[in-house]
Amino acid sequence: MTTVNRKIIAPRPHPETEPFWLAAGEGQLLLKKCGDCGEVHYYPRAICPHCLSGRTEWLTASGRGTIYSYSTMGKAESAYTLAYVTLDEGVTMLTNLIDCDPAALAIGQSVSVVFVPTEGGPPVPMFRPA
Amino acid sequence: MSIKRKAYIVGAYEHPTRKADTLSVARLHADVAKGALDDAGLTKADIDGYFCAGDAPGLGTASMVEYMGLKVRHMDSTESGGSAPILHVAHAAQAIAAGKCNVALVTLAGRPRAAAASLALRPPDPDTPDVQFELPFAPATQNLYAMVARRHMHEFGTTSEQLAWIKVAASHHAQHNPNAMLRQVVTVEEVVNSPMVADPLHRLDCCVVSDGGGAVIVARPEIAKSLNRPLVAVLGAGEAPKNAAAGKVDLTFSAAAWSGPAAFAEAGVAPTDIRYASLYDSFTITVLVQLEDLGFCRKGEGGRFVADGNLIAGIGRLPFNTDGGGLCNNHPANRGGMTKIIEAVRQLRGEAHEKVQVRNCDLAIASGIGGALASRHVAGTVILGRE
Ligand SMILES: [Zn+2]
Repeated sequence: MTTVNRKIIAPRPHPETEPFWLAAGEGQLLLKKCGDCGEVHYYPRAICPHCLSGRTEWLTASGRGTIYSYSTMGKAESAYTLAYVTLDEGVTMLTNLIDCDPAALAIGQSVSVVFVPTEGGPPVPMFRPA
Repeated sequence: MSIKRKAYIVGAYEHPTRKADTLSVARLHADVAKGALDDAGLTKADIDGYFCAGDAPGLGTASMVEYMGLKVRHMDSTESGGSAPILHVAHAAQAIAAGKCNVALVTLAGRPRAAAASLALRPPDPDTPDVQFELPFAPATQNLYAMVARRHMHEFGTTSEQLAWIKVAASHHAQHNPNAMLRQVVTVEEVVNSPMVADPLHRLDCCVVSDGGGAVIVARPEIAKSLNRPLVAVLGAGEAPKNAAAGKVDLTFSAAAWSGPAAFAEAGVAPTDIRYASLYDSFTITVLVQLEDLGFCRKGEGGRFVADGNLIAGIGRLPFNTDGGGLCNNHPANRGGMTKIIEAVRQLRGEAHEKVQVRNCDLAIASGIGGALASRHVAGTVILGRE
């Protein structure tokens, strides 16, 4: 089983991403949606990367998704699994897969978000098999 | 304005060292500059343009211009990681075509091995907008390429054995290179049985970590034709970035899918015309994806294309990285772009090792991926021709 055995580097929020990290502290995964073109994007920006509109709004994600790709690196206790997870809302995000047997993972597998404490910062969204 | 035949590579030099315990980074840049000048038959006073990337110490081009005592009227420190020298050759050709300089020097050098440095090009900048959304998950160079390999296997049925053939081909070439770090010929079994680094990539799927560097000199046609060297023309070039695209992630292709067609269009040639390919080989998967994206085979067929020695000089259809590449020879400063250009120049001049020299090599490609294949990277492609 991969549990989190390393110290997680704390994210350093920017002013425009503070709501994301505040919500993370409350167990909510936020995305950004454009008020002009309607596209959802990740990582969240103040401006829409699809149309440059400044009218972006926070959207609470379901926290469910599927594994797009993954790789386990490191030996024994220090091993961890980097992954891209495609959320039900359509965007794909970089994350870690935890609480799982890396050898049993598969692309397309359903996963759900879990927030993991960091070293002196807000918790970060990782995923475990649903 | 096309750069086709507006500039020629007149000098090329690869530093013989692979561990620079007693040489500074600045000294390495100067050593390779001198080597390329000697190869071209030019002197320092002839240089009026200078190009380097983030491997050079200090402030862009300024610090190295000062150290080497250059007097230039054109500079470019375009940074794209390991593909930068390929972009620099293209930019030098553009600058020469525009009359901004006549003789451009491009250098790359570093000593990550002696310094026992990490693979990261530099410490993460907290102002970079993606860092807070990535750094906590510990992305490394190895697993960012491994995720591309995993997805390729899932979509197209590519196997570890097929990827291994890329290392096998590189090792067949490296045995003839006395400066190569890994000169022993390896088998598919040895590659897939080497320790797992970031699954599904094994240790032998990875390039070497080495010190050293290289330089090329790009000059206008009149100058090239006045020198006593074979003529290697820049025929076309392309460059392109690719990234996580705000969440629209697609790991099945690289930015070479854009830089390659641009380079072929400018050169007016097709992949089937290419006699020799220098392909960035930070990992075996980097080569496989580029082969597809550059049009040497269809998307998804890279695994079958590289199998059974198809990349080995004298055996296969497309000889690649005949110096042993980054996989076996040299990956100085953790950047493989310069050595890709240099071996292409050797092949076009007929100066590659006799065991790997491609006969009648009149058209070559050098293509590279700088950065991380699974997140953000920049591809650069140049097509070079012998006249
Ligand atoms: Zn928009």
